[in-house]
Amino acid sequence: MKDIQVIESTQTTTRQKISAKNVKVSYGETIAIKDVSVEIAPNTVTAFIGPSGCGKSTFLRCLNRMNDTIDICSVTGDIRLDGENIYDRNVDPVQLRAKVGMVFQKPNPFPKSIFDNVAYGPKIHGLARNKSEMADIVENALRKAALWNEVKDRLENAGTGLSGGQQQRLCIARAIATSPEVLLMDEPCSALDPIATAQIEELIDDLRQNYCVVIVTHSMQQAARVSQKTAFFHLGSLVEYGDTDQIFTAPVDPRTESYITGRIG
Amino acid sequence: MSKVTPSLLVRDDRTKRRNAAERRFRFYGLGAIGIAALALVVLLTTVVSSGVGAFRQTYVTLEIALPEDKLDKTGTRDPDLMARVTTFGYAPLLRAALIRQLAELGITTDLSDKHIGEMISKEAVATVRNHVLANPELVGTTLTIDVLTEGRVDGYFKGRVTMESAALDGNTSPEALEIAQRLADLGVIKTRFNWRFLTAPDASDQRPEAAGLGVAILGSLYMMLVVLVLALPLGVAASIYLEEFAPKNRLSDFIEVNISNLAAVPSIVFGILGLAIFINFGGLRQSSPLVGGLVLTLMTLPTIIISTRAALKSVPPSIRDAALGVGASKVQSVFHHVLPLAAPGILTGTIIGLAQALGETAPLLLIGMVAFVREYPAPYSETAGLFGEAATALPVQVFNWTQRADPGFAERASGAIITLLVFLAIMNIAAVLLRRRFERRW
Ligand SMILES: Nc1ncnc2c1ncn2[C@@H]1O[C@H](COP(=O)(O)OP(=O)(O)OP(=O)(O)O)[C@@H](O)[C@H]1O
Ligand SMILES: [Mg+2]
Repeated sequence: MKDIQVIESTQTTTRQKISAKNVKVSYGETIAIKDVSVEIAPNTVTAFIGPSGCGKSTFLRCLNRMNDTIDICSVTGDIRLDGENIYDRNVDPVQLRAKVGMVFQKPNPFPKSIFDNVAYGPKIHGLARNKSEMADIVENALRKAALWNEVKDRLENAGTGLSGGQQQRLCIARAIATSPEVLLMDEPCSALDPIATAQIEELIDDLRQNYCVVIVTHSMQQAARVSQKTAFFHLGSLVEYGDTDQIFTAPVDPRTESYITGRIG
Repeated sequence: MSKVTPSLLVRDDRTKRRNAAERRFRFYGLGAIGIAALALVVLLTTVVSSGVGAFRQTYVTLEIALPEDKLDKTGTRDPDLMARVTTFGYAPLLRAALIRQLAELGITTDLSDKHIGEMISKEAVATVRNHVLANPELVGTTLTIDVLTEGRVDGYFKGRVTMESAALDGNTSPEALEIAQRLADLGVIKTRFNWRFLTAPDASDQRPEAAGLGVAILGSLYMMLVVLVLALPLGVAASIYLEEFAPKNRLSDFIEVNISNLAAVPSIVFGILGLAIFINFGGLRQSSPLVGGLVLTLMTLPTIIISTRAALKSVPPSIRDAALGVGASKVQSVFHHVLPLAAPGILTGTIIGLAQALGETAPLLLIGMVAFVREYPAPYSETAGLFGEAATALPVQVFNWTQRADPGFAERASGAIITLLVFLAIMNIAAVLLRRRFERRW
């Protein structure tokens, strides 16, 4: 049974990684997302842009069902990962989140050591058979997140003792340590200096080889630099979605144009 | 130049008023702290000054002849046969010993023999009898032993009884106190630290000098164990469920309101509940630490639940998101991340709850823990089960002693309060230390 599913899913990866149809999200009475449909391709970086409060984070959190933790939040519509409905009754969100990792808007390291922060995911998923394997996983993740050189001598120090930017990279390392298939990043660079930002962008580009990356960003330049696809949200709806080049050079919708040229937002 | 910018070196009126308001507020604050501190000092000094005497006790060294014809007529030294001689058989021996010692020391008095004998505590007779029954070979010899003096004599050496008050007191006389003073000068009567106050069981109305807290401390200890073992896991489990798992709906709101209400229910109500449920319906034994512990558990649960929930609430939600985001399950996120961060708060809440339970009196009165108990309760026995043997508790013992006529018991009651306060202080200090030890920053 499992094998069949695996075959099915490898077949479907050739199509879209994530496809969302008619997604509506509301927080109690307030509607945050109205009727959004998006297809996210594998091995691409997709950027979500849009003015503050337009629902980018909300939509991103639908993709790994983090919205389940908010009581008043209700999601309708159909979101499929490799063709499987992630809101199906049989889907365990825990299993889903192991496949779809997330980096949050605000850095939120565990109040534990740097090592334990990164090792936590692999540990609960049983990804390392022994200590040295775990050390390898941690080193790898920290290297990819461009943090290794800064922390390699103090892995036992508290993760919360790092600077804001370092904490954010630690959270990125923590997310990639579990080798998810999809990585959702909510403004991962908002607390970083230009050098670290460049490193993270490089990382995102690398990750594209193996993963599907969705990134929320407020920086047009960043979206243009790292993404292949861009989605523009405005007041809870998806206004325009297409190739990044096209969105930035020849936007179809006038709202997109005003936003990327700096007139709304 | 008509308009000059005001100098920073001169304070303007607004600033002056603001500063004055600030000074006034500080003064009020200091005043409040001063009043609270004064009340505390007054309270502590009264309790300590009237209770410290309970920790010292006056003993007289007697050389008691133990004649065989009185104590062991059969000559077998069989304790069972010797036990037929009651305390009435021993009392004259103690009196005779004291009278003889007075004569030897050259102390003359017009006090009758009976009154001389009354200077020795009634408890002393039982002490000597038990000692002889435990060591039958002593019969026929002279036993030198320190025994309790009577409560008034004891009170005289602690300043509670004076010559003037003794003149008005039917139970003692200035002559008796003079003799006691002479004996003390000669080293026959001594006052020393009173371990028995912490270890001995309660004593009857006529012998405050013998009364101790042993049974009460054991009873309180057993109850605290019951409370800890039941209330901590129940309270923490309930709080985790309510805080992390329960859906937020009418029912959970209702439960929440009722837990807060439960915390405000007068403790005596829990006593009535305990009497009805545990004793009348459940058939558990009256006066037992088990029932006391169960009642106190009910009382402590809301405190623990409220403080645990507050501790869980204060853990930033981003930590939960972080754990769930890497694919931890809800339970994993709670046990790996949230609970360790909430632990200091939970610990403090639990210890405060326990301290509250330790000082609780009213519900225990209702379930019969006010009974006069002289037997040390065993933690377990065949007939009574776990924590089933009758006991009292520290605060109940205080209540009990304040009800008794003999002024010696007033001193004992204050001593018991000191003991209770020391236990509470230890628990609170432990709470602070544990908090410091486990506190982590995020
Ligand atoms: N937990 C919540 N409860 C209620 N409303 C919420 C909650 N989170 C978000 N919202 C509402 O949903 C809307 C979209 O919020 P969202 O966080 O998705 O915006 P965003 O596009 O990520 O903004 P930003 O760029 O500032 O992060 C906002 O109007 C916000 O008020
Ligand atoms: Mg956001």
